[in-house]
Amino acid sequence: MANFYTDTPQFRHYLEHPLMKRIVELKERNYADKETCDYAPMDFEDAMDSYYKVLEVVGEICGDIIEPNAEAVDQSGPTVSDGRVTYAAATQENLNALNKAELMGMGLSRKYGGLNFPMVPYMISADIVSRADASFQNIWMLQDCGETIYEFAEEEQKNKFLPRIVKGETMSMDLTEPDAGSDLQAVMLKASYNEKEGQWYLNGVKRFITNGDADIHLVLARSEEGTKDARGLSMFVYDKKNGGVNVRRIENKMGIKGAPTCELVFKNAKAELIGARRMGLIRYVMSLMNGARLGIMAQSVGISEAATREAYDYAIERRQFGKAIIEFPPVYEMLANMRAKTDASRTLLYETCRFVDMYKTLEDIARERKLTPEERAEMKYYSRLADAFTPLGKGMSSEYANQNAYDAIQVHGGSGYMKDYKCERLYRDARITNIYEGTTQLQVIAAIRHVTTGTYLQRIKEYQAMPVVPELEPLQRVLSKMAQMYEKLVELVTSPKDEEYIDFHARRLVESVGHVIVGHLLLQDTNKNPELFRRSAEVYIHYGQIEVVKNYNFVTKSRIEDMAYYKPGLTV
Amino acid sequence: MAFNIIVLAKQVPDTRNVGKDAMKADGTVNRAALAAIFNPEDLNALEQALRIKEQFPGTKITMLTMGPGRAADILREGLFRGADDGVLLTDRAFAGADTLATSYALSMAAKKIGSYDIIISGRQAIDGDTAQVGPQIAEKLNIPQITYAEDIEKIENGKVRVKRRLEHGVEIVECPLPAVITVNGSAAPCRPRNAKLLQKYKHAKTITERQVEHIDYIDIYSSRPYLNLTEWSVADVNADPVQCGLSGSPTKVKKIENVVFQAKESKRLTDNDAEIDELMRELIENHTIG
Repeated sequence: MANFYTDTPQFRHYLEHPLMKRIVELKERNYADKETCDYAPMDFEDAMDSYYKVLEVVGEICGDIIEPNAEAVDQSGPTVSDGRVTYAAATQENLNALNKAELMGMGLSRKYGGLNFPMVPYMISADIVSRADASFQNIWMLQDCGETIYEFAEEEQKNKFLPRIVKGETMSMDLTEPDAGSDLQAVMLKASYNEKEGQWYLNGVKRFITNGDADIHLVLARSEEGTKDARGLSMFVYDKKNGGVNVRRIENKMGIKGAPTCELVFKNAKAELIGARRMGLIRYVMSLMNGARLGIMAQSVGISEAATREAYDYAIERRQFGKAIIEFPPVYEMLANMRAKTDASRTLLYETCRFVDMYKTLEDIARERKLTPEERAEMKYYSRLADAFTPLGKGMSSEYANQNAYDAIQVHGGSGYMKDYKCERLYRDARITNIYEGTTQLQVIAAIRHVTTGTYLQRIKEYQAMPVVPELEPLQRVLSKMAQMYEKLVELVTSPKDEEYIDFHARRLVESVGHVIVGHLLLQDTNKNPELFRRSAEVYIHYGQIEVVKNYNFVTKSRIEDMAYYKPGLTV
Repeated sequence: MAFNIIVLAKQVPDTRNVGKDAMKADGTVNRAALAAIFNPEDLNALEQALRIKEQFPGTKITMLTMGPGRAADILREGLFRGADDGVLLTDRAFAGADTLATSYALSMAAKKIGSYDIIISGRQAIDGDTAQVGPQIAEKLNIPQITYAEDIEKIENGKVRVKRRLEHGVEIVECPLPAVITVNGSAAPCRPRNAKLLQKYKHAKTITERQVEHIDYIDIYSSRPYLNLTEWSVADVNADPVQCGLSGSPTKVKKIENVVFQAKESKRLTDNDAEIDELMRELIENHTIG
């Protein structure tokens, strides 16, 4: 009888953010659907009430079904035979429950049967599902590929595929190949057009495809013969009903074992082109990946929440030297840091969701009518922030998920190293989050642009202008000092105008600005809801301050020439 | 083929989470101190009804409950999961009913609903644990009954085939429709609330609720008739007031005792046959077993 939504009051806090009113108004087009659809909201309050109620259902399914199933899912995992994947029985049970509850098209428009939820409540669901079972979150979150069909496909294709996604057909995004991982420009899977039939065919191999035996696949393929770069790649949709794709094997992974990771063989598989040729990687995958990164952020936050709770519950129960281990400073410090990092990741997640909601919804409205100049400016403003915050958030939250899973085991001591405790699974599950959908190193590359162009700094200035109650002013001052140090750091690293030097220190710059931003977000959370966030704000800002100083010292106490010692040498 | 199903459901105090103040000084249940929930086995019954509806499109499920105004929650919970309609049987004259008066009232309501093929409910409610209401309704309506149902396996040619869960195994039985079926807790758990139905029916209210509560959206009750939950009184179901409520209840509570379970001294045995034989003799002598 657990409810993973109601037992975490932070969710309600994020749903009640002032920007939600504008987001929901835009998303609901001033509540026009109520005339034609019996489950559409009447007004803002009614929409919010629906989010609360639906999230309660998600929380109940996660607490009562998905989490209790997670251990069995991890142990049995999916199997493959005759080219087809069968999920673990418990995974299938999870899917059935969510299908029956019609939670499979949360973000999609009601026109196609979706719930038309903004990103904020949608990602709260993803956060909760991940806390229950990170591997299941992968399968469930792939419904987000529907968004790419919605944005770029023809109306006929939308009508064909989107209602099926809502009814529970699963999806996959088939991007990577044996020789095209981080570098997707190298994709070789061949798409050839048969003029006579007016039909595209796909041939080749995809590797590391999550949920690779899905009903509907988005496939990145080389449609322009003889090309070697991104401009020769297009996006296709493959319908499993047509056949032509078999699963050759599923990987034996360290974690997220419930999600089948497949090697796929395409043999004359019929497919439909999505959008324009040559735009596959340049435009569509970039959009797809931004959505996926947000999903991994939510997955990371969910794992952090689960790890923090596991560690906390154990530390209260476990007694040594005559008292519960939570009473020992080294243990409670670990736990406080875990809670702070979890709250930090979460506040960054929902801030990013709000930015994405704002620009995506305006972008969608632009498909229906011309935006006013104010709306266009608003869209541009939030689009830039979303672009800056997505890699920052994905990088930070996935690193924190790993740190929290690591500390959860540490709190458990020797028992944590045994297979008997959940923290062991969380540790394995967390390990992928800072690798897939772009490693942390790649997130830094995406984020550094916003360090050098000042996107982050501009946003920090906006945070600094937001008032706080007098007792929080000392924290605000600490954050100002951190921001000054960050500014100095940017100047030190960029002034030599050496690209490699910037790349060398990029992670230190991105992490430093991340600490300042998250500090401000937690400060704002605390200002509104001190009981819920004060501890995390204090603990996180202490932690962040020291990290910024550390990065500052690294840069100031070394010379540019020292980089040579890090470069590859003759010996390992 | 489509069927008309009546699901009988009861709002009960959550006796599974009993605190210190669960009973009043006079020995009656302190309902205010316990959360009101959907009787668990009635949820199993609802799931069976929903499965029939999935199998036979066009099947109509009507939730029927008797209780105070707040029992309308049960009707909404049913609608959120796929029921089509809800009836609340409520009247001061129904108050204080035992199983006989309850089954009388519910059977009168079933008659008023009319053409039913299956009346389905949980085996028993967790507040009274009598398991009598379902069978009594079948008697009053003069139709067959199947109790302890675990799975409704098949409906064909006007007959229903049901797997019953008994103490020492299962039994498969068949009977003609219409019939009353009471469902065991071992049956499939009820599905979660459906996100779309939840949003569609969250404003569904009885007439009394609309009169006493603040209502945000007044016009929708005329433009969306499905949001009006039916409310029936003794007169509405043509019931004899004498047979309802306290006056229709022969059961009189004489006394209620608090029973406190106490662990007595324990006994440790070693693993030799003599000591185990000795224990067996002792247990048979004091009639613990045998």
